[in-house]
Amino acid sequence: MTGFVAVLAATEDIPTPDVDWSAIAPNLILMLGGILLLTVVSVVRGRLPGWFHAVWTISVATAAIVAVVPLWQRVQDSGPESVLAGALVLDGFSLVVTATICVSVILAALLLEAYLRRERLGGPEWYVLMLLSASGGVTMATANDLVVVFIGLEILSVAVYVLAAMHRRRVSSQEAGLKYFVLGAFSSAFLLYGIALTYGATGSTNLSRIQAFLADTVITQNALLLGGLAFMLVGFGFKVAVVPFHNWKPDVYQGSPTPVTAFMATAVTAAAFAALLRVYVTTFGPTYRTEWQPLVAALTVLTLVVGAFLAISQTNVKRMLAYSSINHAGFVLLGVLAASAAGDAATLFYLVAYTFMAAGSFAVVAVVGRRGDGHHDLSDYQGLSRSRPGLALVFTILLLSQAGVPLTAGFLAKFYVLAAAVESGYTWLAVLAMLTAVVSAFMYLRIVVTMYFAEPEGEPRRPRIPAAAGLAMGLCVVGVLVIGIVPGPLSDVANDAVSQLVAVGR
Amino acid sequence: MTEFLNDWGLILITFLPLVGALVMILVPKESEDTHKLLALVTALATAVVGVLLLLNFNYSSAGELQFLVDHQWIEVINSRFVMGLDGLSLPLLALTVGIMPLVFVYSWNHIPEPGNPKAFFILMLVLETGMIGSFVAQDLILFFVFFEVVLLPMYFMIGVWGGPERKYASIKFFLYTLFGSALMIVAFIGVSYLSKTQTFVIPELTAFGGAGITKATQVILFGGMFLGFGIKVPMFPFHTWLPDAHTQAPTQGSVILAAVLLKLGTYGFLRIAIPVLPLGARQWAPVIGVLAVIGIIYGALACLAQTDMKRLIAFSSVAHMGFTMLAISTLTDLGFNAAVFGMVAHGLITGMLFFLAGSIKERYHTLEIKRLGGLLVQAPKMGWILGLCTMASLGLPGLAGFWGEFPAILSAYAPAVGLSVPLFRTLMVVAALGTVLAAGYLLWLYQRTAFGTPTEEFASDPHIHDVETPEWIAWTPLLILIVVFGFVPGLIFNVTQPAVSLIAGAVGG
Repeated sequence: MTGFVAVLAATEDIPTPDVDWSAIAPNLILMLGGILLLTVVSVVRGRLPGWFHAVWTISVATAAIVAVVPLWQRVQDSGPESVLAGALVLDGFSLVVTATICVSVILAALLLEAYLRRERLGGPEWYVLMLLSASGGVTMATANDLVVVFIGLEILSVAVYVLAAMHRRRVSSQEAGLKYFVLGAFSSAFLLYGIALTYGATGSTNLSRIQAFLADTVITQNALLLGGLAFMLVGFGFKVAVVPFHNWKPDVYQGSPTPVTAFMATAVTAAAFAALLRVYVTTFGPTYRTEWQPLVAALTVLTLVVGAFLAISQTNVKRMLAYSSINHAGFVLLGVLAASAAGDAATLFYLVAYTFMAAGSFAVVAVVGRRGDGHHDLSDYQGLSRSRPGLALVFTILLLSQAGVPLTAGFLAKFYVLAAAVESGYTWLAVLAMLTAVVSAFMYLRIVVTMYFAEPEGEPRRPRIPAAAGLAMGLCVVGVLVIGIVPGPLSDVANDAVSQLVAVGR
Repeated sequence: MTEFLNDWGLILITFLPLVGALVMILVPKESEDTHKLLALVTALATAVVGVLLLLNFNYSSAGELQFLVDHQWIEVINSRFVMGLDGLSLPLLALTVGIMPLVFVYSWNHIPEPGNPKAFFILMLVLETGMIGSFVAQDLILFFVFFEVVLLPMYFMIGVWGGPERKYASIKFFLYTLFGSALMIVAFIGVSYLSKTQTFVIPELTAFGGAGITKATQVILFGGMFLGFGIKVPMFPFHTWLPDAHTQAPTQGSVILAAVLLKLGTYGFLRIAIPVLPLGARQWAPVIGVLAVIGIIYGALACLAQTDMKRLIAFSSVAHMGFTMLAISTLTDLGFNAAVFGMVAHGLITGMLFFLAGSIKERYHTLEIKRLGGLLVQAPKMGWILGLCTMASLGLPGLAGFWGEFPAILSAYAPAVGLSVPLFRTLMVVAALGTVLAAGYLLWLYQRTAFGTPTEEFASDPHIHDVETPEWIAWTPLLILIVVFGFVPGLIFNVTQPAVSLIAGAVGG
């Protein structure tokens, strides 16, 4: 008995961190929103209108964005903070990524609403998983500790593995889920191994401490650290589908339900790049830049070239977009590679712009795919300009933006990344990147040509455009054009959103 | 009035076509006549603004940018919304706003298959905004944006309203130009990054004149711009998109392409590449000169081998733009003057030739030279107009074409100090031979299409009639200008001289 009392007394001495609840509000809102949705739905089963889940999800994501705004002010006024005993960091960068992830949740939820109705697949699980996954993504973006990065990655990924396989009646969906799971688990192992080696070399998993340690100490035998860096790069590389770790992407993108693909292309990519940038540029940038830059440069070259060239030989639009997203990943990687403030801002700008481009493009694909989500061949787009001129126009704008045509977000996204790369001395890579952009432009043009110039065989089908999907497309097109014509506000935000680490006490 | 023009003139002239296009979007597709009227009125209004600018332009200081507009734009990269008009931009702006209403008049009863004038005219108006914007933009990024805006409407014009091979031609056109722009934008970023104030504003960059950028870097950066502009010109060996695009494009597209779009490339050399990177320009000048002369001879020989009238005119463009590029490569003010004159003259003459080709195609349903013949018998007025245009095109003194070619050849006699004189004199001789070939293919074309008796299949074709009213309205101004500029070349030379002599002075010519 006395022993038990002693234990109780001792627990009071266990130091517990101060929890600044307001600082983690966006993440909490997403997570609690997901859990609450599951609870509410299981309590009042069957008595909720069909649109309830989507509206709930969108409200939750909007609330998270609203919660970001005061935090942004706080960071702008008094600088970045470290939260939860140094496990998380609150800086402009993480907040913008958080907002981006929330935007992609909103867009994906709109698509999902229309999709589930058409495919007669009800159920709140889709939305719950998406909200939890987004919460994992936000955790990754705000992580200040390699272990937290890993936890965030797992929350993000596990939910998406399930989402990819959620279309019960499509075999390819099951296949996509399994494939994504196996390769994802594999990449998680790499990441974890890299984290372990880094811990061994630096004595900490906390990013601020690692940064400080490396600034103070010169490691004479750095093989352990270099190994750690390389393994972590493989882990992140899998998630963002950097060549040669890209093989899963076309299959998974093609097989997954299209709204889930849209979510993967936007939220998952943004979160993974945010973590990659935080670890490599912010943490290891000041001291180990010269070590990882050649490696990343090589990966960038491969990613750009392979993404562009494999895209042009596809005939399935979903696969085309998957490969083109690999090419886009190459461009984002160029921003990471620059390892400068301009590079960080460019990366962020690209991620935001790509969220609109990709979500909008997959929205069109989802609509054209019709019931069964199977009509994704290029020939299914023949004559779309006549049967659905609006849809064809929307897709054209989004594709041209992806190709980087001026007055669209895609142009400025590419522009900033190139400018950052040139400033950091990677002019040759900037030239190469633009050449691959021309190659991928051919692929985008092929789709445009099919929609506008090809004579359809027989009467072209008129795909039904549900209101929710239409709204998502409208938002994306407006986003792409507004960012393209008035880039000032977003680029100001991106420039203010520097990625920083805050020193934490022992 | 002057004050209003000073503040708003260039913004108005640039975006007026776009406003017209936006209004047209609101009008339903079925009311085709309303669309024709709206498009024409918009183009005419734009032309009126152009005339007002021309009247208020201070010709005694044509070397300075006038009607300057300077606003904050993309602050973070120091890119500004700067527009201005000087003696170099003025003739090209006038050419653009002058030719567009004529194209709309011509379109009154010449809507190409598959119809839909609404979309067709909207694209042309967007195109006009892009072209005008390119000629008045004084910021690299702003210029690039307009330069690219031009690309899309033309792509759709060829792709939707073009001939049987339109898919191939439109993609080729788009990708070629995009390839050039891709390298050009990297060069722009490089120039700006290496400049003292990291600016994109062209007058500032021109004032630096490449200061602080080493020769080797300038050569590389100029190479990027060379590809961007050279493809647009098009220079040999990047010309292969042009014959396809011209042959497949609808008449209106061909006219705009020949009259204005190709000039964006040569204009880019004069406005941006040469003054911003003078050292690079001096290194590249011999290369440009040699490629230009190859273009002249190759274009002429290719013309002789053509069986299709439109394709022949397209290849003649390659040859004519070769003269312009040869003149530019001398880096002298005589050369630059000749180049701008050549641009305007080629715009008028080749634009006119494409109009004629379109009208002949409409009447005969073919442009195969050997099936044509006897145009002077069946449509004598059109035959005479074709005669005048071929004469102008081959550079007959007294017509505009002469003043584009003759000074170009002359300028190669004395290139800028430091350039190899023997090389340029050799180029001069070869280019002069090119004019003989030009006379050859053009006279041959005229002989085979206009002389003789009509071929059997068309001899009693009721479709074949002489020039119609819309054609007269569209063509007369062009024909008058071809003659007027032929007799009074000073009209253009006096405007361009102050502007180009500054550039030539800066590059050391």
